[in-house]
Amino acid sequence: MQASRLPAYVDILVIPLLNLLTALFVAGIIIAIIGENPFTALSIMLKGAFIYKGGLGYTLFYTTNFIFTGLAVAVAFHAMLFNIGGEGQAAMGGLGIGLVALGLGGILPVPIVILLAIIGSAIFGAIWGVIPGYLQAKRGSHIVITTIMFNFIASSIMIWLLAGLLMAPNQMSPETVSFADGVMLFKIHQILNSMGFSVARSPLNLSFVLALLCCFAVWVLIWRTRFGYRIRATGFSTKASAYGGYRPEWIIILVMAISGGLAGMMAVNEILGVQHRVILNFTSGYGFTGIAVALMGRNHPVGIIFASLLFGALYQGGAELDFEFQTITRDMVIMIQGLIILFSGALAYMFNPFLERIFLANKGQKEPENG
Amino acid sequence: MLDKINKVKREHIIKNGDESSPFAISLIDICKSFGPVQANDAISLDVTRGTIHGIIGENGAGKSTLMSIIYGFYKPDSGMIKVAGTPVSFKQPSDAISLGIGMVHQHFMLVPNFTALENIILGSEGKKGLKSGLYAARKKLKELSQTYGLEVDLDSITEDLPVGIQQRIEILKALYRGAKVLILDEPTGVLTPQETERLFEILNALKSEGVTILLITHKLHEVMAITDVVSVMRQGKLVAHTKTKETNSEWLAEQMVGRSVLVNIQYPKGNPKHIALSAEKVSVTDKRGFDSLKNVSFDLHAGEILGIAGISGNGQSELLSVLSGIIQPAAGQFKIAEELFDATHHADPQKVRQLGVAHVPEDRHAEGLILQFQAFESAILGYEKSPNLGVKLLTDPNINRTYCAQLMDSFDVRPQNPTLLSSQFSGGNQQKLILAREISSMPKVLLVGQPTRGVDIGAIEFIHNTLISMRDSGCAIIVVSVELEEILSLSDRIMVMNAGEVVGTVNKQDATKPMLGKMMAGMTLNVAEKGV
Repeated sequence: MQASRLPAYVDILVIPLLNLLTALFVAGIIIAIIGENPFTALSIMLKGAFIYKGGLGYTLFYTTNFIFTGLAVAVAFHAMLFNIGGEGQAAMGGLGIGLVALGLGGILPVPIVILLAIIGSAIFGAIWGVIPGYLQAKRGSHIVITTIMFNFIASSIMIWLLAGLLMAPNQMSPETVSFADGVMLFKIHQILNSMGFSVARSPLNLSFVLALLCCFAVWVLIWRTRFGYRIRATGFSTKASAYGGYRPEWIIILVMAISGGLAGMMAVNEILGVQHRVILNFTSGYGFTGIAVALMGRNHPVGIIFASLLFGALYQGGAELDFEFQTITRDMVIMIQGLIILFSGALAYMFNPFLERIFLANKGQKEPENG
Repeated sequence: MLDKINKVKREHIIKNGDESSPFAISLIDICKSFGPVQANDAISLDVTRGTIHGIIGENGAGKSTLMSIIYGFYKPDSGMIKVAGTPVSFKQPSDAISLGIGMVHQHFMLVPNFTALENIILGSEGKKGLKSGLYAARKKLKELSQTYGLEVDLDSITEDLPVGIQQRIEILKALYRGAKVLILDEPTGVLTPQETERLFEILNALKSEGVTILLITHKLHEVMAITDVVSVMRQGKLVAHTKTKETNSEWLAEQMVGRSVLVNIQYPKGNPKHIALSAEKVSVTDKRGFDSLKNVSFDLHAGEILGIAGISGNGQSELLSVLSGIIQPAAGQFKIAEELFDATHHADPQKVRQLGVAHVPEDRHAEGLILQFQAFESAILGYEKSPNLGVKLLTDPNINRTYCAQLMDSFDVRPQNPTLLSSQFSGGNQQKLILAREISSMPKVLLVGQPTRGVDIGAIEFIHNTLISMRDSGCAIIVVSVELEEILSLSDRIMVMNAGEVVGTVNKQDATKPMLGKMMAGMTLNVAEKGV
């Protein structure tokens, strides 16, 4: 990450908001060009994401996926590793859940199967992160290349298994049989309804709580543990890390395990929360979008929660747009999402020079002396 | 238009030789700075045509910057360059090569999987099509290699060739473009002694054909062996300029390192006790297979300061890295507090630290601190495991901040603010913070690299006093410094290194600057003493 000389609140608040507004502005122009009112479209998107019946539930459901994959990217980034493999790690996480749930479901008590399945997702994801980590640390293969390739390998393994060994008998789609009864996470609306609140149905389940717990755990790991200190030290300077005696190779391997494990747990939301069986392509791009989430959230768990909420709202509100307007198709919605990823991900620091001029001009000589 | 006419005229002058100017290149008051660093400070230099001109100086003295200005890679902030007596200004390296100035880089700029021929003509393939271009090039290169004795098999793949030959390709590349002035940046750094000898033969052949050669190096014997004129650079300035015949390597060594005297207090001698650290025939081989440390043996006693003198790059850095566990010896062993380390029993920085060794690294910015960290985080680098900084696996920023504030208070680090970024402190205050961190661990052995490099005068005195009082309280200290004054002022014994070897060790009272200068140039103690 480039060393920003801007005040922290500008970096954390002003820049993401500015990027978001720019993206929405460009999207608005495009919506206006195709003859729709951008403001109506925006209001429908917001209503769809937060106000319509069940909308919020869906938004938070998508948010959960983004939190997991965003955290995965962020943890790796603190050691200056670019984990592009969230997609593959999540797919393998799904396989981990499937193997535990199908193998032990009906044999062990349900809560234990669920717990083991969650652990399974983390372990399988971690393995899929550790191999590229090992190759980077000990063999010098670049982590970006290997994690990308591991996405393809994971995808092929899933196809091979779901269309073969693990495929449910006597049917035609590449998926496993459903898990044993009860091997699933409670839906939030069920819990709230049983407590007497009236809440619309949505796929939002307890994984959301798990995701928030992971956010807290990552914050503790990075900023409150001695190991996190070593991770950050290694990320900033491998030479200083070697001077401290931190063995950068081991840090790379361990960080990739943690990162892969977090990405793997995305499968808990999709597979254990909703599908109750392993299906193909359930990761549908969340792993990649996690990169934008982490960038926008400045690799901090709190930032990642907000960035995930934004992307969750986009997914859900975008679906509503598609539904309401004849002219705005699903592809248009993907384009709007793309614009946001472009402005807050790829062009995240576009406004930095401009903002530096504004904020540092006012600060004048207050800068501490360098040299 | 005028520019173009001038250019043609100039090229004509350079190609045919303007007898009115005996100088191939003249520099007048060249200045160049990078941020606060003045890399070149008012350099004026005349390079006579058809000579080999050596430019020596330590790493960071500004040699490479100056050469980069001559071949058009950097633009000077001020000053003028004249080529064959005509003022020029280069926008890019191709402007320089069109006027006959060619550069042979320290790290070759060759495409590894191209043939030698392809590499040589890269960028000047001719316009008629590659094949005819290659044919013409082959003919021209044949002539060149015969004239200068630069045999190269033009059809070999470059990466398969030994480095000595790759360097010849670089030289041919420059000559092929019509270079009349050749700049060689540390050309022997990667060569074996035999290859170096061959290179010198080639350089002499080039000289006899009228090519002017600028040789950048920090190896004194090479300067003595091949140059006609030598200029010494130190901290961005040209400090000496002389005919090689009229000088000797000792004097040059002194010029290279002899800095203006800032502090020259004679501290009372220490009171050495038992051996705290001993090294026996420690050798280090780097990735290129080069022995950067050869058979280094010495004892370090509690209560003494052992100063290590030498021109930088002669193994001192590697010695500190080995003793602090960052790199491993290829052979030999060393002993800290009865614990033996060698090529199979690896030391590592954590283990060494537990044995009571503290290390103030030479490179404060890359190793000693993490510039992006807040001061209180840098203040625990290497010590973050210490039980009083947190509970079990956790650290507590509040405790760390308080701890850092204490360090800053007792070592007078200013501004006294643990939450500032490490990069926001001045060099002296950064060094004091590192020293505070290392000394507060109550070390038995203290390794210090360049204690006062880039440090202001006030801090220098503070740092020196701190080291002396550590010594008096029984700590065994190694100080590596390129500043002879500092070594002479602090040390109880002085060990001189050259080319990775220990040249000799002298007691403080017997040491003189000229003697150390000779030893730094590689003369043994006996020989050096005779001259005093």
